[in-house]
Order: sequence, then structure tokens, then C-alpha cells
Amino acid sequence: MKQITAVVKPFKLDDVKAALEVLGVQGLTVSEVQGFGRQRGHTEVYRGAEYTVDFVPKVKIEVIVGDGDVDKLVSAIVEAARTGKIGDGKVWVTSVESLVRVRTGERDADAI
Amino acid sequence: MSASLLAAVPYTPFDVEKALNPGNTAWVLAASALVLLMTPALAFFYGGMVRVKHVLAMLMQNFAAIAIVSVTWLLVGFTWAFGGDGKYLGDMHFAFMRNINDVVPTLGAAQTIPTIVFVAFQLTFAIITPALITGSTADRWKFGSFVAFVTVWSVVVYAPVAHWVFDAYGWLNRSGFEPGAHFFAEDFAGGTVVHINAGAAGLAMALVLGKRKGWPKQNMRGHNIPFVMLGAGLLWFGWFGFNAGSELGADGVAGFAWVNTNTATATALLGWILVEKIKYGKCTALGAASGAVTGLVAITPCAGWVSPMGSIFIGLIAGVLCALAISLKTRFGFDDSLDVVGVHFVGGWVGTLCIGFFSTTGVNPLGNDGILYGGGGHFGGWNLLLHQFLAAGAVTVYSFVMTAIIALVINLVIRNRVSEEDELEGLDTAIHGESAYEFGPLGGQLGGSGGVPSTLPKATVDA
Repeated sequence: MKQITAVVKPFKLDDVKAALEVLGVQGLTVSEVQGFGRQRGHTEVYRGAEYTVDFVPKVKIEVIVGDGDVDKLVSAIVEAARTGKIGDGKVWVTSVESLVRVRTGERDADAI
Repeated sequence: MSASLLAAVPYTPFDVEKALNPGNTAWVLAASALVLLMTPALAFFYGGMVRVKHVLAMLMQNFAAIAIVSVTWLLVGFTWAFGGDGKYLGDMHFAFMRNINDVVPTLGAAQTIPTIVFVAFQLTFAIITPALITGSTADRWKFGSFVAFVTVWSVVVYAPVAHWVFDAYGWLNRSGFEPGAHFFAEDFAGGTVVHINAGAAGLAMALVLGKRKGWPKQNMRGHNIPFVMLGAGLLWFGWFGFNAGSELGADGVAGFAWVNTNTATATALLGWILVEKIKYGKCTALGAASGAVTGLVAITPCAGWVSPMGSIFIGLIAGVLCALAISLKTRFGFDDSLDVVGVHFVGGWVGTLCIGFFSTTGVNPLGNDGILYGGGGHFGGWNLLLHQFLAAGAVTVYSFVMTAIIALVINLVIRNRVSEEDELEGLDTAIHGESAYEFGPLGGQLGGSGGVPSTLPKATVDA
């Protein structure tokens, strides 16, 4: 089992979700996050002063998948989230040791 | 009890049968309620501009100003402002609301509303003036110290300044140069008494309190710009009472004041966002709200003296100048947090000086002709402008010095500034034991302000 974590532009959330659903993903977790990468922040005008806002809003998508699905799902996310402009985000994969579905007690692959 | 040592003015009872005008009385009563609304409106105007952890502290200071001045005004504030015929201070004739059926000396034979109605109307001005100061002191003034300050300031600073300018016997109202002459520094509704007064006090307090932790490097953007817009809208609404009500009558000059107020507010809004567009490429909502308030401030002294065409220019000048003036604080390094100086002090000065140019007897025969209207009459033209300058300068110096003295004395006893920990935690939880919003799905289970977990205030922990 692997966890795919994707940090993408907020308006790309729907595209990513649709792409994952097409490939049979049954559930995912989304959170609003802020951060910066090479894009850095942006400037905002506030009452006659320009400020640099270091942290840019992004959406973090987390999904747990079987080992065999990882590559095509990562490709699908990258494809869906790409605009080609700076600030598109990142996708990474980590290993998951174990998994339990709370309602039924099913474990690991059965719980995905 | 005799009135005062100075009491050359004979007090006479107000003749309800002959002198009372029901139309005027009804309008001034309604206007008083409009002006009272301006202080809660100001609370939201400022409240939206502070960060989420300090918003209740801002609202509380403004509401506290209403409560405190509502008492001090009846005890001594009103009588020091409008009693007797002294040049620098009123007498004690109306103290504790005694003799309240007597004619107010400054109104004399022209009084058409009961004295208690005049008390109510002027009370609302005395309330909002110290409330305005809270904009320069946001996020760091201890509540108890603020309460003590407003109690003293409303009597020791506001009342004398109101007497100097609003009262016909005041030294800035009757000529300082030619005693006894029919001249007054024109201030229709409080450009000097309210706005320059509060602006100078705001500057003094910003200097006495020092900067907010992290200013100006840290971005301290407001947490709720819609609140700012709502506050500005309600100020705009209430200001019709402020300016048109200052005619103390339901007549044509009140009508001019109403239209002028609206016009200058509109053009100042446009002027401010025009500056933003040129300087930053974008027109902001906060800029529109700020511009509107700037126009309201600048037209306040002019409202009943100038023409609607004049008010187009007054608003525009104020909107442009104040939009530029708000960057002064970063240049000079004083943390006037929400721009009381940039908006009220500069806007008050602009409006007060504009009278010297735009005042016209065509609108109000009791006024003078400014430079643009030929400057006729004994006090027209440059002479009028000089007197406007004198009035604005005198109020600036008195307010700045007295505010600093009061604040420094209070600081010796109970300290003005909150502790560093309280400032960083947020005044809402640290001082008031509350937080403003609980938006998260947990509905406040985690406590803290704006969904950010922190320790619960002691009082709400289950016993």
C-alpha cells in the first residue's frame, strides 16, 4: 500500500478528483494548505502598502492505493493538475504500513 | 448656586410656547440617533481592519466609549462645552443636568429646540471623537487604561475644544484677533472639534504606545473587509445626522449639508481608488471604504457653508491627498495602525482649510465668502483662510499635548500597553476571555480564535 500526496492549485481540485474517479479510486482526503515553492509568494496591496505574502493557498489531496496502481494514478494526477505555469505543485508517494476500515475492521488491501 | 465667576450671561428659561419648533426638534432627535449609530459603525469599520484575534477588543473599546461618555457628558462635559460665555471654557450652570430648561447661551434667541435635545445631539459627537482614536492604537491598548483615558479625555480635551469652536463665545469662534467682531472660524459639524482633535490625539497615542509587535515588517492585513465596507456604509448613513443635523433645524441649509455630505463622500471614494489604480494598478474595496470615510471627514466642517459643486472638489481633493497621506506612517515610522492620522487628521485639515476657498454666502448667509467667491466681507478671503488655519492649528497642538500628558500619567499608575504575551495571544482571549468566531466543524471545541487552537479562557472551563 502506498499513500499518494498531491499539493496542487486549488482550482485544479475538481480535475484531479475526476481523473482519480475514472481510474476507480473510491475515496480521498482533501485539505486546504498554504506554502511556497520556487513560485514564492505574491504581493498584495493593503491600504497604501505593498506586502509580500509568502504563503500561497494550495489544496492537499491524500489517497491510499494498492502498490500496483501507484504509477498510473500519479501520472493521472500530474496530467490533471498541470497548467505549465510556475506553482503547479508536487506529488509524492510514501509507504503505508497498515490500514484499518473503522466500520468493519477490515485490514490492509481489503480496507482500501 | 450661582452659575460661575465669569457669568456675565444672564440665563433665561427656554420658552416652550413661543420658541420651540416641533419640526426642528423632531429632526434633531432623529439626527441624534443617526449619529449615535456611527460609533458602532466605526467599531465595525475598525474591527474588520484588525486581525482575527483582536477584533472583540476593538469592538469593546468603541462600545465602552459610548457607555463612558454617555455619563461624563451629563455630569460635566456638556456644561464645560456649552455653558456660560467664557472664552476658553464653559461654566458649571448645566453640571449634573441642573437648570436644563434654561436657554443655552451660544444659541440664545435662535434656540428652537429644548436644551435637553441639544444635550442629546452634542453627546453623540462627544462619544465618537474619543472612539475614533482607537484606530491608531489597535491591538495593544489595555482595556482598563482605555476606560480611564476616555473618562478623562472626554472632559479635559473634548469639552474645552468643543467650547472653543462650537460655542459662539469660544475664542476660535469669536475672533481671536478682533474680540467682539462677528467672525468665526467656520466649522459646521466638527472638522476641528471631532476629526483634527481625534487625529492629533491618535497620533499622540500611537507614539506613546509604540508600535505593534512586528510592525511594519509583518503583514497585518484586516481579517474581514466586508465588515469594513459595512461599517463605512453605516457611517455614511449616520453622517447625514452628523452634518445635516448640525444645522439644528429642518431647513434649506440642512438640505445643502445633506447633499454636500453625499457628494463629497462620492468624489472622495473615486479619488482614493483612482490613486490606487495609478499607483498599484488595482482598485481595492478597502480603498473605496477608506475613500468614502475620508470624504465624510473632509466635508464635515464645510457641510453647511459650501455649494454642491464645491463639495465635488473638496471630496476629490481629500480622497487623493489622504490616499497619499496614509503612506506617511511607514515613512516616519509611527504605527498609526488603521490610519486615524491619514484619514481623520489630514482629512480634517483639508476640509477645514477648504472652507477658506469654497465657503459661500450664497448657500449660508451666516457664513463668509471664501477666496473662490471673491472673499468679500470683513472676514472673507485670505482672512477667513487664516482663521481656519488658526483654529486647526490650535486644536492640533492642544489635543496632541493634552493627550500625551493624560496617557503618560495613566501609564504611571496602571500602564497603557498590554503585555507582550497578551498581544501575541490576541486581546480577545487574553483580556476579554472570548473569541470572535468559531467557524470550524468542531464548533469551538478546540477554543481559541478563528479556529486556531489555544487554551480555553479559564472562566469557560467546566467546573
